[in-house]
Amino acid sequence: MHPHLSYKIISLGDAALTIDFGNLINESINKKVITLFHNLQHKPIQGMVEAVPAYSSLTIYYDVISLYKNIPDGKTVFEWMKDQTEKYLKEKIETENKEEVTVIIPVCYDKEFASDIDSIAAKKNISPEEIVQIHTSRSYRVYMLGFLPGFAYMGEVDDIIIIPRKPTPQNVIAGSVGIAGQQTGVYPLNSPGGWQIVGRTPVKMFDKEKKEPTLVKAGDHVRFISISKDEFENIKGRNS
Amino acid sequence: MSGLFQSVKMSLKILKAGILDSIQDLGRFSYQHLGINPTGVMDAYAASIANILVGNKLNEAVIEMHFPASVFLFDQPAIIALSGADFNATVNGESIPVYQPVIVNKSTVLQFHSLKNNARCYLAISGGFQINKWLHSYSTNLKAEAGGLAGRKIKKDDEIGLKVKTDYKKILSSDDFKILSWKANVIWNNNDSHEILMIRGNEFDWLNSVSQKEFLSQSFFITGNSDRMGYQLKGNALQINSKDELVSTAVSFGTVQVLPDGQLIILMADHQTTGGYPRMGTVITAHHSRLGQLKPADTIRFGFTDQKTAEDLIIKQHQHLLQLQNACTFRLQQFLYENN
Repeated sequence: MHPHLSYKIISLGDAALTIDFGNLINESINKKVITLFHNLQHKPIQGMVEAVPAYSSLTIYYDVISLYKNIPDGKTVFEWMKDQTEKYLKEKIETENKEEVTVIIPVCYDKEFASDIDSIAAKKNISPEEIVQIHTSRSYRVYMLGFLPGFAYMGEVDDIIIIPRKPTPQNVIAGSVGIAGQQTGVYPLNSPGGWQIVGRTPVKMFDKEKKEPTLVKAGDHVRFISISKDEFENIKGRNS
Repeated sequence: MSGLFQSVKMSLKILKAGILDSIQDLGRFSYQHLGINPTGVMDAYAASIANILVGNKLNEAVIEMHFPASVFLFDQPAIIALSGADFNATVNGESIPVYQPVIVNKSTVLQFHSLKNNARCYLAISGGFQINKWLHSYSTNLKAEAGGLAGRKIKKDDEIGLKVKTDYKKILSSDDFKILSWKANVIWNNNDSHEILMIRGNEFDWLNSVSQKEFLSQSFFITGNSDRMGYQLKGNALQINSKDELVSTAVSFGTVQVLPDGQLIILMADHQTTGGYPRMGTVITAHHSRLGQLKPADTIRFGFTDQKTAEDLIIKQHQHLLQLQNACTFRLQQFLYENN
């Protein structure tokens, strides 16, 4: 692992630990987290149930029952897992030469689908068209998935359109594209949510019928492209 | 009678829906990195015992019921067991106990009359249900609308196929049901104290010193805004000293977080995979059972414990289940062999 990347290992109850690389949203730290996650998927630590990467942390859930009998006297399963994790961090992290995946997500930014675009435009003193132009002008890193099945936390959006989340969550329709702070994301399912809605995609971010049920994974890149309402309906028709 | 009792398909039929009854197993793990939450039973200990009593493996699918619960019609004989909450169950009007195997005849109706204790009752059926797994688990994910029975709660007129079809003729003859003579001893979900132990969370010291004391000394009230996703608690509002904001990290069943208004939430079986509120602690696994049987208007108190104690309790609880499994499997085998 990166020699200068500091971390601490904290417990999350009696069957999970979190490797905390600092409480921040930072691309190079997140890259390390995702690399570590891929390594663990490929070569898990003994007793690991699953690993869950987040912005700047990775949580390992472990099976106390299977580990307990093999732990040296005087050690807890947690201490043993912590030791194993530290060893793993020292030795086994191979940097990835995988090509980064870029997923194109078509979005219709029409008013009908963009309930908050006018209020953002008014607050930022720009036109809704400029918001669309800014939102589609860069590719976003998927830092993590969470909140809902297939919900990708992506960033960072251009400073010009940084806007806080709403104080109270509202009902959001599946496919809605939102922004909040530096983040952008797509609601895979109908859900209460507090992000400011700027458009809607006709593609499914989450499809339970698929072997890989989410459209994107942590570490992917996403580029939004603007489509018309006709195109939206066309794609929607093809996908359903 | 109408065609109600003349179904051709051998199954468990739902005559009337409960408020929230769903098919669950011990949870769907290894998909949390995709935001897919584990779901599963609220009280894994009780659900495991119901499975043990009918000769199933511990993580076979069960029906988790809330009160008022569904009314079930058995189209075929089956060995069943109830566990967890006691909802005063009857088969064709006669009482049957919880934590004891019962063989029910075909054309019998299982229903539940009142909430005697706890909050979630489990119905296990020998052999399990004839349903498909989604991502390696039977658990219903209500949010994803996947798993279990069409990804939703059980409703009226549902028919759930049973894997095992036996008539138990010699045992039942024309009786509606037979209660088998052995009972599981249940030692882990004693809710009398309502004390819930947890491992201290990383942000506990974000509370000011008064709130730290209050966290451990006051009783918290479980509000009506509590469900399979989480319990919202009401107590004296806790004060956070830190101005720091957390970026989201993975959370767990039993993680206790402070909301911006100073109130607490305990994450339960349907919790989302990640969260960004300060973590006061995570309830120890051995206390998930008593936690999972709480309901609105109950009160709880928190205490901290250490990893050693928590791990020893996991092992003790597991050993108890294994002993029970050995004893019950043997009794059931003997019984069925002798009455074959």
